[in-house]
Amino acid sequence: MDTSKNNNKKAAEDKDLLLPKKPFRTHGGVHVDHMKNTAEVASEEIPTPKKVIISMQQHIGAACEPIVKKGDKVTVGQLIADSTSFMCAPIHSGVSGEVTNIGTIIMPNGAEIKTIEIETDGKQTVCPDIEPPVVTNADELYAAVRKSGLVGLGGAGFPVSIKLNFSPDKQVDTLVINGAECEPYLTADYREMMEYPEDIIEGTRFVMETLGLKRAIIGIEGNKPFAIRRLDEIIKERSLGDRMCVLKLGTSYPHGAEKVLIKACTNRAVPVGKIPADAGCVVLNITSVSFIAKYVRTGMPLVSKRITVDGSAISQPKNVIAPIGTMIADIAEFCGGFKQEPKKVLMGGPMMGTALYTLDYPIIKQNNGLIFMGQKEADDVKPSDCIRCGRCVAACPMLLTPVNIQHLVEKRDVQGLNDLCVMSCMECGCCGFSCPARRPLVQYLRMGKSIVKSGR
Amino acid sequence: MENNTPTMLSVSSSPHRHSGENTPYIMQDVLIALVPAAIMSVVYFGWRSAMLIGLCTGTCVLTEYVCRRIMKRRQTISDFSAAVTGVLLAFNLPPTLNPVFAVLGSIFAIAVVKQMFGGIGMNFVNPALAARIFLLISFPSHMSKWSLPFFYLSDNATTDVVSTATPLAQIASDNMTTPMIDLFIGLHGGCLGETCALALLLGGMYLLLRKVITPHIPIAFIGTVAVIALIAGQNPITHVLSGGVMLGAIFMATDYTTCPVNKTGRVIYGIGCGIITMTIRLFGSLPEGVSYSIVLMNILTPHIEALTQSSPFGSEVKSSGK
Repeated sequence: MDTSKNNNKKAAEDKDLLLPKKPFRTHGGVHVDHMKNTAEVASEEIPTPKKVIISMQQHIGAACEPIVKKGDKVTVGQLIADSTSFMCAPIHSGVSGEVTNIGTIIMPNGAEIKTIEIETDGKQTVCPDIEPPVVTNADELYAAVRKSGLVGLGGAGFPVSIKLNFSPDKQVDTLVINGAECEPYLTADYREMMEYPEDIIEGTRFVMETLGLKRAIIGIEGNKPFAIRRLDEIIKERSLGDRMCVLKLGTSYPHGAEKVLIKACTNRAVPVGKIPADAGCVVLNITSVSFIAKYVRTGMPLVSKRITVDGSAISQPKNVIAPIGTMIADIAEFCGGFKQEPKKVLMGGPMMGTALYTLDYPIIKQNNGLIFMGQKEADDVKPSDCIRCGRCVAACPMLLTPVNIQHLVEKRDVQGLNDLCVMSCMECGCCGFSCPARRPLVQYLRMGKSIVKSGR
Repeated sequence: MENNTPTMLSVSSSPHRHSGENTPYIMQDVLIALVPAAIMSVVYFGWRSAMLIGLCTGTCVLTEYVCRRIMKRRQTISDFSAAVTGVLLAFNLPPTLNPVFAVLGSIFAIAVVKQMFGGIGMNFVNPALAARIFLLISFPSHMSKWSLPFFYLSDNATTDVVSTATPLAQIASDNMTTPMIDLFIGLHGGCLGETCALALLLGGMYLLLRKVITPHIPIAFIGTVAVIALIAGQNPITHVLSGGVMLGAIFMATDYTTCPVNKTGRVIYGIGCGIITMTIRLFGSLPEGVSYSIVLMNILTPHIEALTQSSPFGSEVKSSGK
């Protein structure tokens, strides 16, 4: 008893571990129109689609291998693909029905990936094996999260179990919950905050206590006042205020980028080339912690996803809850179809999302937005000559110099690119956004990274 | 579902949104910021001023057009950068200059300094200043004939004979006679656009508000000039308001292409401009040193950038685990 009191005192004296009242200063960033048109519209569940195609590559890392075969009957929540790889999360079916084909699909990055095609029976029979996991310590949490198939739901899709499985000598003390949702259009996380605030707080508390962390900071951009107030109320009701707080962040993009968020919430910097654990933090998306709370309660793995459907080409922008593998064309149809021909279709937000080459493509776990841009919105202006205005330098949250990096990429200068630390780029898009000459700077930086990786 | 699929989706690298800023807008903003000073120069120096501004701008744009045509490159006159060079060059000429020299200077600025090095964004020194120095060295007597404001109103004045000592020449000869308020509103001899500090400050405020320039260079430049003047025991306000300091610090030194891209670099560059300007003014044989200081610092820009290269976020911390 005495020792724990002493420990508490020591922790309280440790100024670094106080809950922040105001966000800390971050570098760079840009002001992007929020366009959160779908914020105050309740999410809608899509009727079970006739067919789903589940890609074996749901996130960055290794692809899964199907463990079902053609003709197999599957149920909701049934494990259908797994991998022994560390950087991987298993895949479960979000529908009940029959596997009609094990096919392939070309990903937007050009890779060919196996898929499981399922024809649904519309009954949505739940898998009988589903039961809530028993989680009492960190190892069990790690195992349960891996089993749940959870990947980071913020958009990058990093398997969550890996984030939780940090080595004890990293001295991790802080759980940072990412509720910034700084991408324009996207409101999927915001709807989670408005619809399941209790789950968010419960999940945060559960992860914090199970991992033995000292504090949790929920970072939310200031453009979501209702969510901030609601979560604050629940923290007070549950008297968790001594270890947990909601931090109102500035509204500049990219406050939701992991390293920027850690700086804003804790004033710590993640060392170059290292992970948040090296700055004593675990970062989880706000929908991810909410999912962990639900999973611990019900045992239902990650089989569906809330997706913000918006953009100038869609008739009825809204948040749609759809099983993983639902075809994009089905979702567009559910949102009233198109009011103008879509010219560009994005998976994710407009700042970091991937442009798709076809609507004949299924949604994956890490999807949080589908943006259908019409002709005018998608209009690509040809780049002109760089005028060295320095806007990209001022905008870069990682303090890089895109203006000089672009020339080194053209020269394929590996040493020069290393000197300018091109590998620190997180491709947030601030440079390209602010470039008056419309230079494709993010593309240059990506090329620079691949040049450094391949060494030529 | 087939009929839902459009014929062709466009694919590109992220980001898929843009701030909406573009090069022509920026250059137009610079031109707008130059308007007050242009108006004042016409008020003070009459039709010759309007003629020189028009002539330089026209020649610069035409030269750019011809150069791009000859080189078979994409036409760039619509980005207004050649027009900005033209106006700035005119601002740096004495009001009574023979138009032939103005045309010569404009062609030199665009053809030699800008296009030969690759066009917008590639020139290593400010084209307008390089052209001014070219004229100054080639035709020194024509380039240092100063006339008083409103010379065109006096009856017996033919423009070739009127000449006056600029405030800087007055400082150099220890015979300062221009009152401070005249310095501020521009009632003294000098180049076309550099005399009216008030108009230049207005333009500078506009550029700052529109975020076209950052305050680093003007403040570092003007501050350094004032501090050195103070140390040298001369009136800092006179030094700041006379000669080309205002025009140089606000419009010429802040030229994107030839100044460092990062904040620290910009401060060092501004201080460097101030030091060279004051060194020339105090110790050199020339009364004015703004053009030389900016051009010399232009040449140093790549080195300043290399020295002030920021290390990426997170490079100074050690990881908490061992």
